[in-house]
Amino acid sequence: MARPKMRRNSTNIDMTAMCDVAFLLLSFFILTTKFKAPEAIPVITPSSVSAKVAPETDVTLITISKDGKAFISLDNPEVKQKMAEDMNKEKNLGLTAADIEAFKTVSFFGSSFSQLPSYLKVPADQLKATDVPGIPIDTAAAKNELIDWMKYVVAAHSATGAKFNLILKGDNLAKYPQFRSVVVAFKKNAQFKFQMVTNPEGVPEGTDLWKRYQTSGGAPTPEAGG
Amino acid sequence: MAEMDTSGGGHHKKGPGVKKAKKLSTRVDLTPMVDLGFLLITFFIFTTTMSQPTAMNLPLPDDTATPDEQNKAKESGALTLLIGKNSTVYYYEGQLAVDAGQNNFKTSTMKQIRDVIIEKKRRTPEKDLVIVIKPNDESTYKDLVDILDEMLINDIKRYALVDIVDVENELIRLTEGSPSAAR
Repeated sequence: MARPKMRRNSTNIDMTAMCDVAFLLLSFFILTTKFKAPEAIPVITPSSVSAKVAPETDVTLITISKDGKAFISLDNPEVKQKMAEDMNKEKNLGLTAADIEAFKTVSFFGSSFSQLPSYLKVPADQLKATDVPGIPIDTAAAKNELIDWMKYVVAAHSATGAKFNLILKGDNLAKYPQFRSVVVAFKKNAQFKFQMVTNPEGVPEGTDLWKRYQTSGGAPTPEAGG
Repeated sequence: MAEMDTSGGGHHKKGPGVKKAKKLSTRVDLTPMVDLGFLLITFFIFTTTMSQPTAMNLPLPDDTATPDEQNKAKESGALTLLIGKNSTVYYYEGQLAVDAGQNNFKTSTMKQIRDVIIEKKRRTPEKDLVIVIKPNDESTYKDLVDILDEMLINDIKRYALVDIVDVENELIRLTEGSPSAAR
């Protein structure tokens, strides 16, 4: 039986259309990507099923590093200026005008009040979380300087009328007593609402939350906090 | 699309001695370019989705509130979770009862505690159920977040983070000391 002859098609495909699509998508992703800022304090956060995205602006961030040091960072220069002035007045730190300028630009604070003037003299590119002592957060209330730091943060925010998002970022290996000291500092300053930064994680199947998501249409409700 | 008209409009006859320029094809193989494009796309897709941290809410109780306003927990509906070192979780229901040889203090791990919570939730009326979380000084922040996460996962409405007391610390130390009891 004679086989009908197949027409041999060329294996050369015109790649132009595909190339167009690829580069269109590429430009889209390049433009929408927001790169993570290089982290001054290396912290590996635990993961949770919470679907709420952490706020990025008007943030007061308390970081607990894995060796148990506490740091505080703010992004609003006005608030920082007010904080520096208040601190200087009440604690007699002897900050000069140049120090207050430095206070406004420094990315995170990690020293006791008494060491603050020398801390501010460290150039920004040499400031490493591993080299500085961190804010003292001993469990004894008298030694927990974070309470006072938080006092200035709260006062400066209410004085300047800035928005206030309190965020706690802890490392996996940080111990509970340090977390408690930070929480005590929040409580003493009447801050009863804060958020903890976590990595997103899938909801395990078959659990109650999973069932609720299934019945409510799948979309995770952002308001999942207890 | 990528081809261009290279035929150059007809054949003029050049004069004698003029060499004919060789026509090169303008067809370019775009495959490597597409490869590169998709490689970069994959890279950007991964970097965008990864860099979005989430946040977990933790409302704190006001310590200055008067005791009358504090909600009383029914003993039968209470489950206390104690977090020890190495992600060990100890738990008991209701009041801690430590009589000689007989107590309701049990050991579990972070992975198995969900079953305990679910089982407790199934046989307790919803309004009575309250979970008390007591991390001890050796527990890590990760364990705490994991337990709070369990509260979210199991849809527990009422839970509280409470400081551990000496009796419980002592019990954890005793349990850690005797591996046979822990198993």
